[in-house]
Amino acid sequence: MIPEYLMPFIKAFLYILLAPVVGGLIAGIDRRVTARMQGRVGPPLLQPFYDLAKLFEKENLVVTASQNFFVLSYLVFMAVAGALFFSGGDMLLVIFAFTLSHIFLVLGAYASYSPYSHVGAERELLQIISYEPMIILTAVGMYMVTRSFFVSTIVTSNIPIILYLPGVFIGYLIVLTIKLRKSPFDLSTSHHAHQELVKGVTTDFGGPNLGKIEIAHWYEYVFLLGVVWLFFAWNPLIAIVAIIIAYFIEILIDNTFARVKWQLMLRSAWIIAGTLGLVNLGVLYYLRMVVP
Amino acid sequence: MTYLKKSPWLLHYDASSCNGCDIEVLASLTPLYDIERFGIINTGNPKHADIFLVTGGVNVQNKQVLINTYEQIPEPKVVIAIGICATSGGIYRECYNILGGIDKIIPVDVYVPGCAARPESIIDGVVTALGILEQKRLAMKTKTETKMVKAGDAR
Repeated sequence: MIPEYLMPFIKAFLYILLAPVVGGLIAGIDRRVTARMQGRVGPPLLQPFYDLAKLFEKENLVVTASQNFFVLSYLVFMAVAGALFFSGGDMLLVIFAFTLSHIFLVLGAYASYSPYSHVGAERELLQIISYEPMIILTAVGMYMVTRSFFVSTIVTSNIPIILYLPGVFIGYLIVLTIKLRKSPFDLSTSHHAHQELVKGVTTDFGGPNLGKIEIAHWYEYVFLLGVVWLFFAWNPLIAIVAIIIAYFIEILIDNTFARVKWQLMLRSAWIIAGTLGLVNLGVLYYLRMVVP
Repeated sequence: MTYLKKSPWLLHYDASSCNGCDIEVLASLTPLYDIERFGIINTGNPKHADIFLVTGGVNVQNKQVLINTYEQIPEPKVVIAIGICATSGGIYRECYNILGGIDKIIPVDVYVPGCAARPESIIDGVVTALGILEQKRLAMKTKTETKMVKAGDAR
């Protein structure tokens, strides 16, 4: 048997190894479902992996050498954030590493001289400002329910967290749309409308650097869907169904909504999602005071 | 292994075309032709592109833009001239401002004539370009390897 103290390391190792595979498959399914929604056949399921392999076959074209460093830091910190999460670490530390990795992406975009890259970086910062409070509220909500910030304790608490935090969950889904770079809020990369900002933050990254950003996105997918899992952790079957439904809703929203301006994104994330989360936490706090 | 053939990303530039060929390029992205089946994506960014589609005979004003865009595409890359104007200048060949065919400015690998070029022939041109792309990748690989060997000798 594997000793208890080694388990977190093994889980972290498995995450670092398997998350890109799972994330790439999710991206492949995403592209196929999107194509079907648009009445197209769509690419093969493994297309994201072909794209990635191709990017590593290309020449690495950079404007300044520091871009390489920032992209690598983005990838490493994203992997670290997810590894901390899946090894049962502290939610607050996970969020810290998660935010730090995005700051590296913004710095990488600012390191080049392209105005598109700069506008993309500014929008990425606005996105970080938008989703950050809600992600912290999610962690705080889970603390209020389970009395712990540690993922390992939250998972094993056997409390149906979703019943305590429905508002926080809906708020989290709203910011998930920003995080997955889905249509109403895909301001910084212009994921589908390729022409408007050229490619936003990723404009000046080509070849292997873009490949690293792609791998980081896949790590991110798995981590973000892992947070959805936490809400349903008491029953793995329901958790998987919830993740599938949540992701399907994200794809549907992606295909049915036009992109919004950053003001509306900030309002949706702060006023709508933030209010839902805060009211939820307020009610929970009140109930704790009245009902012991 | 080659993955370039499985995921060629396009960049489309209109070098003073009448928009006839441009509409046909975009038509091949629609559900009827759906070139994403072959992993082809229309990117707006030269640094992400592998295949450069150019329509229209170049004029004196956008000559430099064409060169800049071409140079920003990372190796290996191929250029496809779409439509008769991009191929030779077409009926505008004699115009005072038209340079006549983009091969006067940048190296072209595949010519897709037609006025306007049909989506089927554009897709055929892209598929032909994939073979050339693969040859260029192998050439690039040997070049880097020889460079590395030479650097080793110098030491």
